[in-house]
Amino acid sequence: MLSYLINGISLGSVYAIIALGYTMVYGIAKMLNFAHGDVIMIGGYMAFCSTSYLGWPAIPSVLFSIIVCTMLGIVIERLAYKPLRDASSLAVLITAIGVSYFLQNAALLIWSSNPKAFPNMVDLPNLVVGDIQISSVAIVTIIACIVIMIALTMFTTKTKLGKAMRAVSEDKGAAQLMGINVNATISMTFAIGSGLAAIAGVLLCSAYPTLMPTTGAMPGIKAFTAAVFGGIGSIPGAMLGGILLGIIEIFAKAYISTQLSDAIVFAVLIIVLIVKPTGLLGKKMAEKV
Amino acid sequence: MSLLNVSGLDVYYGSIHAIKDISFEVNEGEIVTLIGANGAGKSTTLNTIAGLLKPRNGNVLLNGKNLLGTPAHKIVKEGMALCPEGRRIFHQLTVRENLEMGAYTGDGTGLLEDLDMVTDLFPRLKERYKQVAGTLSGGEQQMLAMGRALMSHPKILMLDEPSMGLAPILVEQIFDIIKRLHSKGTTILLVEQNAQMALSVADRGYVLETGRIVTTGTGKELLNNDSVRKAYLGG
Repeated sequence: MLSYLINGISLGSVYAIIALGYTMVYGIAKMLNFAHGDVIMIGGYMAFCSTSYLGWPAIPSVLFSIIVCTMLGIVIERLAYKPLRDASSLAVLITAIGVSYFLQNAALLIWSSNPKAFPNMVDLPNLVVGDIQISSVAIVTIIACIVIMIALTMFTTKTKLGKAMRAVSEDKGAAQLMGINVNATISMTFAIGSGLAAIAGVLLCSAYPTLMPTTGAMPGIKAFTAAVFGGIGSIPGAMLGGILLGIIEIFAKAYISTQLSDAIVFAVLIIVLIVKPTGLLGKKMAEKV
Repeated sequence: MSLLNVSGLDVYYGSIHAIKDISFEVNEGEIVTLIGANGAGKSTTLNTIAGLLKPRNGNVLLNGKNLLGTPAHKIVKEGMALCPEGRRIFHQLTVRENLEMGAYTGDGTGLLEDLDMVTDLFPRLKERYKQVAGTLSGGEQQMLAMGRALMSHPKILMLDEPSMGLAPILVEQIFDIIKRLHSKGTTILLVEQNAQMALSVADRGYVLETGRIVTTGTGKELLNNDSVRKAYLGG
């Protein structure tokens, strides 16, 4: 029971880190970046290549993966989304799906469809409490998630750039009138989201060590669900949504059915959205005008 | 030389010619007002000067430097601040954070002095410092929007319909503050539908009609001008 809970929180932490990328980009660019899940996959491959082919130790290869994904995020935004800044949201959505397929197929060309065995990046002993064993990957994942949450909250509430980001997400025109460079802010958001995706990729592949070009797709969709579940656009919402989703998924797998677990996860999402359409921590629309 | 010199400005919305060959100037320390009916092009003019809209023709000179083609976020640094129509404060940021955003182009030195300067001018904002701006009343939101614009120490402050949607007593308060800013030497370009109030505080005014300047004069002259009285001051 307790070990299921910890596994659930750990899986949920990965979803939460991915969901943060969705939610931040949505908050600021008002678009769903469906290629986000595939950035996770690229992050996984980058860490895989630098450890397995180049023999790098864990920390440099994670950093390498973060740097590559951050740059990838900026490039994707610049090339694919920026020209569509004033286009309809449908055009942007289709473009995002296109970018997603592009990344998956590029990975297929480079690494083929054969699953790669992801190396063990967390070389620590498992924690044994009484008769339950907690994997070191789960602990590292949960700690990473907490650290990221605190860092992002500090960034958006305490720093000038973070506050500017919130200002841009609310009113781009007014933000420009303050002297805020809206395009640079959007780039920065993609950079942060994609850097987080790299971390999520490494953590995900450490927990489930098979790496394929489609590795990022399902966690991407689930994390998107988590972001909506928690209230899209809200950073604590993404965190809460991700963790709850992970717990629900693991418990559904353990007690109900492995095959039905995904269906149960999405059913819960639908119920939450019926009861509270803005998600658990969604922004209240009521404001004085 | 005038502080702000706008000449031959032509602005289109698609195929609609919204601003037709507008020229005017604002001298240092003046309050200049643009008045006119709804849709005359007053806000369009301000938004163009602030860089949010791109004109097809014309020049916008600030201290002799042409600002045309400079992106909006860089124009602030040149010394121009627009307090936009509808206030457009950041509802989810606190009052203090809104003011900090106004000082975004600054390097952070003197931030506290600037915050004091604004809260001296608008003591109500001090009481609401930590409150989320969306919970402020309309008048308080207008004060916040003006305070926010002042945080960048603009050479010229542009106010777009500061009295819009406010109760008469609040309109008077806002105009008192405009007068106070004027007496401290702030240069103001004021757009208003409330022509009576605007002309009574303005040094000079321009009357816009469907995208053109049709009359100009001192505030007093325009207040006493028959056609202006008929059109905008209710006889």
